[in-house]
Amino acid sequence: MRRMKWGNVYLIFVFIILYTPIFYLLFYSFNSGGAMYDFQGFTLEWYQEVFQDTRLLMIVLNTLIVALLSALISTVLGVVGALAIYYVKKRQVKNALLTLNNVLIVSPDVIIGASFLILFTIAGIKLGFVSVLLSHIAFSVPIVVLMVLPKLQEMSPTWVDAARDLGANEWHILTKVILPFITPGIFAGFFMALTYSLDDFAVTFFVTGNGFSTLSVEIYSRARQGISLSINALSTLLFLFTVLLVIGYYFMSRKSSRLYGMWGRK
Amino acid sequence: MNSVRNVYLFPYVLWIILCVVAPIGLIVYDSFFDIEGHWTLENYTKFFTPVYLKMTLSSFWYAFLITFFSLLIAYPTAYLLTKTKHKQLWLLMIILPTWVNLLLKVYAFLGIFGTFGLANAVLSTIGIGTKQILFTDFSFVFVSVYIFIPFMVLPIFNALEELNPSLVDAARDLGASAWTTFRRVVFPLTLDGVKAGCQAVFIPALSLFMITRLIAGNRVITLGTAIEEHFLVTQDWGMGATIAVFLIIVMALVVIVTGNRR
Repeated sequence: MRRMKWGNVYLIFVFIILYTPIFYLLFYSFNSGGAMYDFQGFTLEWYQEVFQDTRLLMIVLNTLIVALLSALISTVLGVVGALAIYYVKKRQVKNALLTLNNVLIVSPDVIIGASFLILFTIAGIKLGFVSVLLSHIAFSVPIVVLMVLPKLQEMSPTWVDAARDLGANEWHILTKVILPFITPGIFAGFFMALTYSLDDFAVTFFVTGNGFSTLSVEIYSRARQGISLSINALSTLLFLFTVLLVIGYYFMSRKSSRLYGMWGRK
Repeated sequence: MNSVRNVYLFPYVLWIILCVVAPIGLIVYDSFFDIEGHWTLENYTKFFTPVYLKMTLSSFWYAFLITFFSLLIAYPTAYLLTKTKHKQLWLLMIILPTWVNLLLKVYAFLGIFGTFGLANAVLSTIGIGTKQILFTDFSFVFVSVYIFIPFMVLPIFNALEELNPSLVDAARDLGASAWTTFRRVVFPLTLDGVKAGCQAVFIPALSLFMITRLIAGNRVITLGTAIEEHFLVTQDWGMGATIAVFLIIVMALVVIVTGNRR
């Protein structure tokens, strides 16, 4: 019993460490003093500043567009990829494909960023919206594959055989049998791709060029110039948004008993 | 039949070639060119000079420290989490901070570790007095460990969950002490989780450049910082690519050593 008590103290300590920086940010976003110390008085001034900063709002919009588009496209590609791996019969080929699939997941962001910078330069793709979008699609595809593949493997192959015996063509098998079964995996993949894209900094930083910016890159360049409480206000807004997403996701995944892909982000 | 499968295989293999094989090939290719675009092996000879070797060694040392401390904190956390009621909810609470943008968390430490920040306020209250915390090795390791703890907790938690509790009971019934049970039964059986966690921490710890830039000033230079510097600041892509090749080799070795079970 005593041990359990010390255990709880330890856990509480870890939670305090984990959440202090986040609440520190949120707390000082209301500081009228203008610095991350010496709380002088309550103000919403910094929030006002965020909502009046049209450049920042454009960047938020850019970030959302890139995230949604890249998540959509990479979900389609990822589902196709998972089906491709699922249908491959030879074990070695299957393993080779899976290994290549996982390369981008294990790769550090700097490597992905640097190599894509070289690739886009050689291919003559102008750095900006397109290059950022393409790179986000590229690193999201393997995650979607990993979310969808286990669902495919759970599916009994006799279903496909039964459908075929009953005269369904390949298109019907895909849309009426396979896709409905793997839908939870597809949603989890889409969701993960979305968060990966929203959170990415390093890859975007390499391929963004001048003129186009996402939120992470903007936060980085502002943070390098020092402390400005409008970043705090922005982080409060983002934190609330994240909590809402997580709550939604938690209730969604409680239906399918396992927490799919709660792997967080680097 | 077969044609249908090829319809799936074709776009996916195209993605692999364009987004996995080609970029890595190009990195290797670029590492053989100097800044003026002449073919050369000079980048590699330069890499093996003391300047770069020292940087590589210190980068490894920091990554090792970060991985070690993350494990030290995360293992008990994961272990205790499995003993709580509503453990999935608590686990979610551990993971939630990873969904806050990494840069914002790093930025928060600019405030906490600042001259008048929380850390110094605590230090002066307990009588130690204010210290320069920001832009030191300590702050770099601390912030990195902070960032990586959830990534270490998660695989270890999953490994502990898969552990059959009757094995622990059996060990205790046979007279093993709590410590012996842990050392001989629990830890070896969760080693896979520990390895996965170390893999998830060690590789990024070698390469994250934004933490070094924001928190450690220019005191700490990791492989990632060096790559970023060569590609985006000095524009010496050849040298940057050479370091990247080295990082890829290290990454492959780490993945082989820690085993890639998915």
